[in-house]
Amino acid sequence: MEQSRSEQSGSARDEEYERQHVHSVYEEIAEHFSSTRYKPWPIVERFLLSLPPGSVGLDIGCGNGKYLSVNKNVFIIGSDRSHNLTRIASSHSPSSTIVADTLFLPHPLAKFDFAISIAVIHHLSTPARRIEAIKSILETLRPPLPDGKADSEGKALIYVWALEQKSSRRGWDEGDEQDVMVPWVLKGADRKAIGQVKQEDKTFQRYYHLYRKGELEEDVKSAGGVILDAGYEKDNWWAIITRG
Amino acid sequence: MKLLTLNFLTCARKTCKSLPAAFPLHPKDAELEVVETDFNAPFLRNILGRLEWDALKTLCMELGLPNLPPSAPEPEALLEPGAEMAELELERELEPTQTARDLHNLLLETGIKEGKLVCGNCGHEYAVKEGIANFLLPSHLV
Repeated sequence: MEQSRSEQSGSARDEEYERQHVHSVYEEIAEHFSSTRYKPWPIVERFLLSLPPGSVGLDIGCGNGKYLSVNKNVFIIGSDRSHNLTRIASSHSPSSTIVADTLFLPHPLAKFDFAISIAVIHHLSTPARRIEAIKSILETLRPPLPDGKADSEGKALIYVWALEQKSSRRGWDEGDEQDVMVPWVLKGADRKAIGQVKQEDKTFQRYYHLYRKGELEEDVKSAGGVILDAGYEKDNWWAIITRG
Repeated sequence: MKLLTLNFLTCARKTCKSLPAAFPLHPKDAELEVVETDFNAPFLRNILGRLEWDALKTLCMELGLPNLPPSAPEPEALLEPGAEMAELELERELEPTQTARDLHNLLLETGIKEGKLVCGNCGHEYAVKEGIANFLLPSHLV
């Protein structure tokens, strides 16, 4: 499938692909997905708690908003493509949520103290679009403060799913296909619980690009960013980056 | 959506984003709502320094809300008693001033529930429904 797609070009086609295999899936599974996503990942939590009070930042692809109230002394604008997830996310005070596309963020440039983008960029279906997404995040970050303190520039934390996750239930590892469809099963009972009429199981397929070791760093560099720290946590690659 | 949010939003179109004319977005047919939230003094004091005060003034004027002073209040104007006690007292033992309460109400409790946000450069209108603004662009604008 990847083969036939790459023969065609144009971002409209890639967008349509993601609309079908990412956006519309999350729209449908929003409520069930959200009920399984409540525990913040340790490195994300630590990043958010390290921010000075009054910091202003973005959660790009905020999903159900589980990171929006980790630190109530910072102001976060969460954005997501899914209306349904955004609605769920909107309950987190003092944050705010909007519906937006990572590649077309409605934010002033060079303005924000921080950004997080957790488990989002791996849903973009070409290398060019993934690099574009990182660029789009980087350009929201502000330059160092005028008092010239080192380490005062805006920072972003990016998380993506790793190819190397031999011990996970998916079991992928080095050398495996990186562009995959991952099922999300909505059980009949869960569908009933969220008010859908039909009660048989329904399986949705979501597109993912699984990042291999070093690939996130390469994409960050291609986007013009600088890596401050990077690592692996529980089946994911992460990096803390700045504009450089 | 809280009015504070508007201080950090502009048009999503790449051709508008960096232009002063696109910021702030202008409310249109806005229906406001007030949702009570906890007062957080350190948050308010710190966020004050991050605000584009002129954009906030414009927003208040366009929404028909009371006029704001020409410049942002100093952080010291948010809490009483005097600053000499602040060193020893915990924040929560200091009382927020009326200025602080008004700002808290304006930035964090007042929001646009329904309406539109209009780009001052290209004129594109973004819908706000149930307090959530939608910035997805139609395909001919991307």
